[in-house]
Amino acid sequence: MRICVCIKQVPATTEVKFDPETNTLIREGVESQINPFDLYALEEAVRVKERLQEQGEEARVTAVSMGPPQAEQALREAISLGADDAILLSDPAFRGADTWATSYTLARALTKLEPDLVFCGMQAIDGDTGQVGPGIAVHMDYAQAPYVAKIESLDKRRIAAKRLLETGYEVCSVCLPAVLTVVKEINEPRTPSLRGKMNAKKAVIPIWKAVDIGALEDKIGLQGSPTQVVKVFSPPHREGGEKWTGEPIELVGKLVGLLKELEFT
Amino acid sequence: MAIRVIEDKCNGCGLCVKSCPQAAITVEDKLAIINLDLCNYCGSCVSACRLRAIAIEIEKQAKEDLGRYKGIWVFGEQFQGKIAAVVLELIGIGRRLADGRGSELAVVVLGDKLDKAASELAEYPVDKVYVYEAPELARYDGERYSRVLSDVVRELKPEILLAGATTTGRSFMSRVAVQVYSGLTADCTGLAIGKDDGLLYQTRPAYGGNVMATILCPYTRPQMATVRHKVFPVSPKRNSGAKAQIVRLNPKPQLFSSRSEILEFIEQCEATVNIVEADVIVSGGRGIQDPANFALLEELAKALGGAVGASRAAVDAGWIPYCHQVGQTGKTVCPKLYIACGISGAVQHQAGMASSETIIAINKDPDAPIFQIADFGLVGDCLEIVPLLTKKIRAMRGEV
Repeated sequence: MRICVCIKQVPATTEVKFDPETNTLIREGVESQINPFDLYALEEAVRVKERLQEQGEEARVTAVSMGPPQAEQALREAISLGADDAILLSDPAFRGADTWATSYTLARALTKLEPDLVFCGMQAIDGDTGQVGPGIAVHMDYAQAPYVAKIESLDKRRIAAKRLLETGYEVCSVCLPAVLTVVKEINEPRTPSLRGKMNAKKAVIPIWKAVDIGALEDKIGLQGSPTQVVKVFSPPHREGGEKWTGEPIELVGKLVGLLKELEFT
Repeated sequence: MAIRVIEDKCNGCGLCVKSCPQAAITVEDKLAIINLDLCNYCGSCVSACRLRAIAIEIEKQAKEDLGRYKGIWVFGEQFQGKIAAVVLELIGIGRRLADGRGSELAVVVLGDKLDKAASELAEYPVDKVYVYEAPELARYDGERYSRVLSDVVRELKPEILLAGATTTGRSFMSRVAVQVYSGLTADCTGLAIGKDDGLLYQTRPAYGGNVMATILCPYTRPQMATVRHKVFPVSPKRNSGAKAQIVRLNPKPQLFSSRSEILEFIEQCEATVNIVEADVIVSGGRGIQDPANFALLEELAKALGGAVGASRAAVDAGWIPYCHQVGQTGKTVCPKLYIACGISGAVQHQAGMASSETIIAINKDPDAPIFQIADFGLVGDCLEIVPLLTKKIRAMRGEV
């Protein structure tokens, strides 16, 4: 079974701050990391592979990322965490892609790899859209299961997945090939093994450009993106208010007064 | 497509250098220079430049007559005939946008046995309720639903399509956007019609709420957006008693094929309400100390008619299920009142709740970061304060 995992390299976003004085992003000292949700996707892919191998079946996990040349780092990390190999989609023509063009580009590359299963994180923590996974499924014409919290069963033809919804779960059975996006609850990612680190070090990561995946020029990058960012600005700043100290009973008295004033009681 | 620095306007101030998330800009001889190998055309520098000295030029034009697209549609998400709360919020903002644009507002509902839901929706200030009914559409199925909606979008050509940023809405709209090749903006918190161009200005948070971005979809239709819960007020019903026109559409059975089958639905968060829809959230973190103590929060939430949330620490400790988690790797909430109990308030947590209307924090540590964003901070032990508070609220109501 061929399994692919989509990986995005993101800045440690909580450290990205907006400076309202200069109207600019402060990115000093902000490091890059694998999108946390993609770590769960990778871990699940590796677990599926290991289970299949235990049953004597062949399985292989390939990590795929679209990004600048430095995203290679994230792919090496993915190999250290259990991926067998990795492919970087990097081409100046891919730049400025919104979720439409990104899912198209990834789908073009994945189509070439012919995976039985594609794993994605439910969303990336910089863009927070969750649109790329389902987009890939449509572009590839694969079945899909978004927000997967558990894989219940898997055979050559179908996968049963438990999906997290707002008020509970839904168990669905989906035909392969399929695209799954996963939530945090699905597993606890491992730390890199020594062998994984060695593999990561010596791995040769091919770079695929638009021409290598047969991507149409008017469907990639900024050119292929229906949406355009026209303004970037700082959110309204929130200041801390009053801080009350005292005996619990006093504090509660004051709080009840406040809740009454705010019309919550 | 090109990005360039307009040399007579640039004074080399360096604001763009700071703004660039890619570190692609340098200033040499008082002139900004963009390294095209690093630039990803995100547009941060264009916004940052006070002299309008950086321009991104795209040679793009619409491939069809966009004037044929008219009207604003809201996806009427429903579950077993019950309309999702966010739909009524979308009708409110949708009405405002439709009035601003001088166009119709319609709700489109997919499902089975929708008589009640449709007539309920018709009581709101919408012009039309489009109803797609078939047994195959009884439950949301990504493939089926997106094929049906894409088909009707191509046929009836709405100019704008809005949906709630629910788990269903977010993945459903992604599929439709790809199928009709148009732009989709996720999790919007601001929507407005441009005065001059008539376009939908879609504003959304990114980078965990640290940055806001305004996004347009200029060359394709419909302009699509998913909208966060609780950002816009619920629309009142029509006061005239008049009803919107209900239009029944016949889905084409050939659109119903699907490679997915629903086996089971497991309700879990029924004891507390869905946290993204709650007006009041009582949330607990490491300071709750023991899973049993979450009962204290539940009682307070019940007394206030709210739901129980949790920090990542509490969820990772196994004290409460993941569906309660608020924050970067959990849910983003925007209630009227958020009471953070024993939550230190790491930035990852703040990313999920900082836009709440009123924040009250209870924490033993007077230096906890949560106090920096709380409107009211109580320095004390939440395990003592919370039960006292519940008791007092109940006593006030004569319940004890």
